[in-house]
Amino acid sequence: MTTRTRPLSPHLQVYRLPLLAVLSITHRITGVGLVAGLVVLAWWLCAAAQGPAAFNAAQDLLGSPIGLLALFGWTVALFFHLAHGVRHLLWDAGWGYSLPKAYVSGKAAIVVTAALTRIVWIAALA
Amino acid sequence: MVEFALPANSRVQPGKVFKAGAGAKRIKLFKIYRYDPDSDANPRLDTYEIDLDACGPMVLDALLKVKNEIDSTLTFRRSCREGICGSCAMNIDGTNTLACLKPIADIKGDAKIYPLPHMPVVKDLVADLTVPYAQLASIKPWMQTQTAPPPDGERLQSPEEREKLDGLWECILCFCCQTSCPSYWWNGDRYLGPAVLLQAARWIHDSRDEFTGERLDALEDPFKLYRCHTIMNCTTVCPKGLNPAQAIGSIKRKLIERTA
Repeated sequence: MTTRTRPLSPHLQVYRLPLLAVLSITHRITGVGLVAGLVVLAWWLCAAAQGPAAFNAAQDLLGSPIGLLALFGWTVALFFHLAHGVRHLLWDAGWGYSLPKAYVSGKAAIVVTAALTRIVWIAALA
Repeated sequence: MVEFALPANSRVQPGKVFKAGAGAKRIKLFKIYRYDPDSDANPRLDTYEIDLDACGPMVLDALLKVKNEIDSTLTFRRSCREGICGSCAMNIDGTNTLACLKPIADIKGDAKIYPLPHMPVVKDLVADLTVPYAQLASIKPWMQTQTAPPPDGERLQSPEEREKLDGLWECILCFCCQTSCPSYWWNGDRYLGPAVLLQAARWIHDSRDEFTGERLDALEDPFKLYRCHTIMNCTTVCPKGLNPAQAIGSIKRKLIERTA
């Protein structure tokens, strides 16, 4: 009798995650990203409280191409997390567990994310 | 615990190739996970060329063809070949399903076949299901009562009460859903998983059971129940079209309702 440890069967390596699972992990990733965004928001508010020099430096950094890209990422993350969070509320209220409804609400979350992000950036760059 | 990579002894190596005989016209490649517990080798992925003109329509037919005609060492569970026993659950073409219900024609490209994901492998496509069975036993999947049954017959249910069990009693315990769930992959030692929680719901919603409160008490736990994050892989893969995610949601609701 061999007593070697049994191997673990492949999981993420071979599993094709369906859209619903991708949305779920995106919810978590955007949540983590938003925590990092909160730190930046706090830093920006501190800069504003410190005075014009610090605030201008912060504004310059956030207004740079990299800063704008990061801000864009955070707006996408914010609106996705918001829209998908509503989806979780609907589930908790007992609605939307069937696969067709789950796909409708999932795609709706993507559309809402795209729309809100667009509106904010049109307003921001106008 | 979340570990994305496989342990060193579990990484899949390239395997042997079994060519189809001359004259085979409609060849499809079946890449099948092999693990031999009697050797020290890592698992490998063997390739079998199958002539679809000489093979039945389902993935299980191809597996049986391999075992009968090409390589008798291939090991897998199967019994009813019609989706009611739940034995041939495995990961086919990137998703969990029953080999007997999965048409070969539905698979684009090579057919890749692995055991149920994130489980200890006994041999080839046979996963060790000891833990999920123990978890199933832990929720006491039988009727529990304190009152005596009526002396002249069964415990009766109204049609409406019976209807609440539809979508729950049909589970065949193939564990396709259980092993499709990333939460179960990372916390399978403490999270009960979709199949077991669906069974728990089946008894919680049974009007004849008199231990609903105790059943809910047993599930009120951050890990046993609340590792479900509505990822919905369970509902996506269920070969019987059941909805474990909804069943789990119904348990969460029951827990909220009784505190309200």
